[in-house]
Amino acid sequence: MKFASLSLTTFAAVTLSLAALTSCTRKQDTIKVGHFASLTGKEAAFGLASSKGIRLAVEELNAAGGILGRPVEYLVEDIQSKQGESATVVKKLLSRDKVVAILGGNPSTNSLEAAPLCQNAKIPMMAISSTNPKVTEVGDYIFRICFIDPFQGAVLAKFAHENLKSRRLALLTSVTPYGIGLSNVLRQRFTALGGQIVLEQKYAEGDKDFKAQLTALRALKPDVIAATGYYTEAALICLQARALGFEIPIIGGDGWEAPQLAELGGKAVEGTFYSTHYAATNVAPEVQSFVKKYRARWDNETPEGVAALAYDAMKLYADAMTRAGTTDGPKVRAALAATKDFPGITGRTTMDAQRNSSKPAIILTVKNGRTEFVTAVAP
Amino acid sequence: MTTQSESLNSQLSTPLSEFLQQLLNGLSLGAIYALIALGYTMVYGVLRFINFAHSDVFMVGAFIGYYAGKLVPENTIWGGLVVLALSMLGCAVLGMTIERLAYRPLRGAATLNVLITAIGVSLLLEYSGQVFFGAAPRTFPAIFPVKNFSVGGLVISTNQLSVIVVAALLMVALQFIVHRTKIGTAMRAVSLNPKAAQLVGINIDVVISFTFGLGSALAAAGGILYALNYPSIDPLMGVMPGLKAFVAAVLGGIGNIPGAALGGLILGTVETFVNGSQWSTYKDAIAFAILIIIMLFRPAGLLGKFTVEKV
Repeated sequence: MKFASLSLTTFAAVTLSLAALTSCTRKQDTIKVGHFASLTGKEAAFGLASSKGIRLAVEELNAAGGILGRPVEYLVEDIQSKQGESATVVKKLLSRDKVVAILGGNPSTNSLEAAPLCQNAKIPMMAISSTNPKVTEVGDYIFRICFIDPFQGAVLAKFAHENLKSRRLALLTSVTPYGIGLSNVLRQRFTALGGQIVLEQKYAEGDKDFKAQLTALRALKPDVIAATGYYTEAALICLQARALGFEIPIIGGDGWEAPQLAELGGKAVEGTFYSTHYAATNVAPEVQSFVKKYRARWDNETPEGVAALAYDAMKLYADAMTRAGTTDGPKVRAALAATKDFPGITGRTTMDAQRNSSKPAIILTVKNGRTEFVTAVAP
Repeated sequence: MTTQSESLNSQLSTPLSEFLQQLLNGLSLGAIYALIALGYTMVYGVLRFINFAHSDVFMVGAFIGYYAGKLVPENTIWGGLVVLALSMLGCAVLGMTIERLAYRPLRGAATLNVLITAIGVSLLLEYSGQVFFGAAPRTFPAIFPVKNFSVGGLVISTNQLSVIVVAALLMVALQFIVHRTKIGTAMRAVSLNPKAAQLVGINIDVVISFTFGLGSALAAAGGILYALNYPSIDPLMGVMPGLKAFVAAVLGGIGNIPGAALGGLILGTVETFVNGSQWSTYKDAIAFAILIIIMLFRPAGLLGKFTVEKV
């Protein structure tokens, strides 16, 4: 038995390495781009939408002759909505697949895990919707295509104060780098505008019961509740808040954006607001043409913000590699850092000194189970 | 700092209504923990081992409810009861199958072997759940009609009430089965001394099968009630409630049925009160710290005794 299994493994190893060798020689001239995202689990909506956005961009690039005359090969790894997985799969992408660029991730936690690895390997990484400022502080190879929490927090504070006329805001902070970062800025800016934070309560992602936190809020009579986590918890918070008799608006950041929000929250999420990077209902021609292409490719599905960001991220890589004239890490990095007014679906991107893109945010509301454009806010 | 003192002031202004609301929230969460804890405690009572797969039977219960809920009209009492019954029946069969296939061949072997097998079955259920049901969370349908009514500042949801009522009814039924029926007497006999029970003509296999079926049916009911209150279900949803329920069973005195119920209620209530305070991030730490303190003073649990009958 022992011998049999031993020889089997050896055989498998030999075939595998042979296969690897042949595939290496065959696909030598593709440009390998790696993407890490949650394709399963509770954050799957972000990962799947990002992946569809990138695929669309890659297919367009390849149809137009690839980058620098070489076809793009897209490799995606599932991080299963689990902590720790990002580091594992990015190591694999870097060392085994030898990708020349990394795309991802969505939650800031994931990007913070992956960023040091990319920095050490001198391979550029483009975070898609990680809005925590710390992500790009890891090093000069780390970029992002989205805006950052201070910006989004300021937008939400301004929107709550001016559009919703809120003076007594209650904060439900998700204990994640994303949630804490967003809440901190929201608290500072809302107080600076003259509003009052009546109470801040914390919760963990994966929690299902928020009745206790909401009950504690009830006596304080807030006029708006802000929940700074992701969509699954946001929907449950809305459901339980409505069940406890809260009729005030509930607001959140781009972590809310997923079809699951309305699916899970149903009537409870009607009339809630969240800030995001782009709106499919935006009439700008480049947005409408993107929406049309995306719908045609992905079964009539309307692209979410992360899909648009992911698409922009891939196109920006292509742009930077073309400008650099190579896929060499340090040179692509320099080209990315020099990006100025890159025309994307989510607005014109200019990389600042901290390698963050800044663009106006858009506020959406849920109406009859669909999202509707409310306003664009610059803080 | 101002926000904290502000909040304290206002909290003191309506302390009673908030206290009662939190108590209600806590009791409805605790009732679910209690239902799951009963399954742990019964199996321990008869077989002296912890059935770690129990929390995943809870998950399967919720998923049977999810699929069955699509077949009956939403928001009707009879539809809800049919779903509840189907799920309990399905899980009873699942529990008995697990016992027949995984645990019975190991009967008489060292407890550790069975324990590890139980962990294996648990992982098998969790990950085959991800294959069959998919790993993404699903939205549980509203199978029972839901109404919220407020009584003197207290908002009561019919879901919360039904959790407490269904849990109470099932626990009374269980107490009746264990103490007033023939099979219950047999269960207690097996628990007391399996060999002697066999000598007086009790079919141990039937009794153990029945225990697993009963415990799993309760877990299924817990799964449905949990999903009604927190309508996002996924194949790993059983892990945390299962762990809490196990702690509840130990807290009340493992092997002791009223103990499991009491432990569940205490754990649910403590967790809710901590969650509603400024220390919400420490809710699990505080809940488990209480467990450690109680175990230090009463090593057999609140209602547990070392040598008396255990079922």
